[in-house]
Amino acid sequence: MENLLILIPLFPLLGFTILGLSGKNLSKSTAGAIASGSVLLSFILSVVLFSGLVSGSLPAYQQKLLDWFAAGKWDVDLSLMVDPLSSLFLLVITGVGFLIHVYSTGYMHDDDGHNKFFSYLNLFVFFMLMLVMGSNFLVMFVGWEGVGLCSYLLIGFWFKNPSYNAAARKAFVMNRIGDLGFLIGIFLIFIQFGTLEYGGTQGVFEQASHAASNDPVIVAIAICLFIGAMGKSAQIPLYTWLPDAMAGPTPVSALIHAATMVTAGIYMVARANIIYTLAPDAQVLVAYTGVITALLAATIGLAQNDIKKVLAYSTVSQLGLMFLALGVGAYTAAVFHVITHAFFKALLFLGAGSVIHAMSGEQDIRKMGGLKPHLPKTWMTFLIGTIAIAGIPPFAGFFSKDEILANVYARDKGLWLTGMIVSALTTFYMFRLLFLTFFGNFRGTHHQKEHLHESPASMTLPLVILSVLSVLGGFIGFPEVFHLPHWLHHYLSPVMEASEIRALPAEITHLTEWSLMGVALIVIAIMFFIARSKYLSREELPEPEEAKLKTLHRVVYHKYYVDEFYEGFILKPLGWFSKQLKNIVEKELIDGVVNLSGQAAMWGGKVLRYAQTGMVSFYLFMMVLGAVGLWIYFNLF
Amino acid sequence: MDAINSINQVPISSYLLLSSVLFSIGVLGVIYRRNIIVMFMSIELMLNAVNLMLVAFSAYRNDPSAQVFVFFIMAVAAAEVAIGLSILVMIYRNTRSIDSDELKQLKW
Repeated sequence: MENLLILIPLFPLLGFTILGLSGKNLSKSTAGAIASGSVLLSFILSVVLFSGLVSGSLPAYQQKLLDWFAAGKWDVDLSLMVDPLSSLFLLVITGVGFLIHVYSTGYMHDDDGHNKFFSYLNLFVFFMLMLVMGSNFLVMFVGWEGVGLCSYLLIGFWFKNPSYNAAARKAFVMNRIGDLGFLIGIFLIFIQFGTLEYGGTQGVFEQASHAASNDPVIVAIAICLFIGAMGKSAQIPLYTWLPDAMAGPTPVSALIHAATMVTAGIYMVARANIIYTLAPDAQVLVAYTGVITALLAATIGLAQNDIKKVLAYSTVSQLGLMFLALGVGAYTAAVFHVITHAFFKALLFLGAGSVIHAMSGEQDIRKMGGLKPHLPKTWMTFLIGTIAIAGIPPFAGFFSKDEILANVYARDKGLWLTGMIVSALTTFYMFRLLFLTFFGNFRGTHHQKEHLHESPASMTLPLVILSVLSVLGGFIGFPEVFHLPHWLHHYLSPVMEASEIRALPAEITHLTEWSLMGVALIVIAIMFFIARSKYLSREELPEPEEAKLKTLHRVVYHKYYVDEFYEGFILKPLGWFSKQLKNIVEKELIDGVVNLSGQAAMWGGKVLRYAQTGMVSFYLFMMVLGAVGLWIYFNLF
Repeated sequence: MDAINSINQVPISSYLLLSSVLFSIGVLGVIYRRNIIVMFMSIELMLNAVNLMLVAFSAYRNDPSAQVFVFFIMAVAAAEVAIGLSILVMIYRNTRSIDSDELKQLKW
């Protein structure tokens, strides 16, 4: 039991090694089986660990693999740990990861890079597991960088398309900006606490829990770590890479850019919850960043026409909600939403992938429509995913979103109102997507229509399993008013204990909670009917690409011109600056010095060569003169 | 014994003077003469001036190691003469002259 821990990340690493070394020598089916099998083994082990933790037969523990390095008094171990928080993430990563691997065997079947794709996916799972299992900040950072690398590789997977490569670069660079913040945070933690280990009596969190509230160093650490989370979890101002990351294959979008990697930031904040609880100033920043991101992304999602872009903005928006929850100290609610979101967003992405697969690569919802009879399984599961994300009970999204909003209401009514608006917008754009894709008349080409087909079982089976999870996933955390046990809260309490001692969660009365729920349901229902009347009854279509849009619509359609803003105000000046450096410093200064020394040597040679007369007697004379000169120098001076 | 004694009767300063004069003649010969053979001979003269000084000091200080040194120099000088003369022959074949001023193609 004790040694199980290392095996969990080891299996995907082995899978990556085998696939990476064998290249195209393995048949596609073998490669798919190895990749999926390795993640399945990790999943089984995670379930074993999880059941041990739940039943109490296994304590939270850590396993030291090796001394990583030692410098002075500082020892860093490469060690893994499992506790309630990481075990939940393990289940999500390996479970959803396994389903997406299975799905990919169908989705990527005809792709040339099939085996390469699976090796990258396995590598990603390995790094993600390292991220959540590391028992100190440095191991987490290794995983953090590793998933960034895999994200880059997989976004640019179809590397022959330059714009996909640009998207991959953008993701990498944006993540790097965040990573710098994270790294500075790690340095600050080390300076302040002298260790990077989470647990133990000398661990960071134990030491931090004795600090005063709003201690400047703690606030600085919290903000630096949050900057890291902004990059990885796509929050303002570093969110623009995530929608572009949709250039990768759809399973990648589902696994990395919806279910797992982008939640690494939430994991990190939840892990360091005591630091944030002690830094209310940083919490305010987290909450406002989260809610503004959520609102901005949700409004952009209203006007997008690319099926994956809508889901991408929806992901950004949901991540914003999770940060809102973290910002008001509702760490459990945020983790809860991570889990349910992983289920339904992976489901939606995979459903979108199935639609794209059927449409021969078409992603524009203006060219879809009426797919319901052709793709019955995809339609059913997509509907379930939509209901779950919209927050209609008793599907998973309702419970987690309700918990977040209730917690936010207890803290700040203004934030709650914004969260409510986000939730309403979510309902609207998701049903808009659903109606435009599956209802009405088919708007694609004749050729596409003949090709329409339901996806193979390897793709629909994960959809079905995920939709079951999207229905049932919410039952791990019932709202208090139902008088049913909130299992998740209970389960995570060891991790959140310190925070709850320092900052009691704000209580709201049952009546308030009921009414909040009622308000949420009414809003959702209203938005559903608006979407229904607009896109189902009246069959309105989004404007074609060349149409002239109204100002507000145009601004939203172009994503508030944020990309253009970055382009104009950051990229261009930076590019101009580097051009100046190149033209002035490099060409004039550095090249000038180099050329000058060369010219000096040339000129000197030109003068001195006249000493080379070719006359032997002259040389001899000079030699004797020299010898005499040396003699005089050494004897007379 | 007689010979050594008679040598020792001559003061060391005379040997130094003689070898300095020989060396200077050699130097001037190398600098002023243009005939390569003469230059060559002058070089030999300088070498032998040095040899003379070495053996003189050897006798003066009763230390035979300088004489061993001189034998080495003479052996090396013999080899050097062989190479020098063969170079000289090649120069003569190419320029039909042994004037050192003829050899001034190697310049800027």
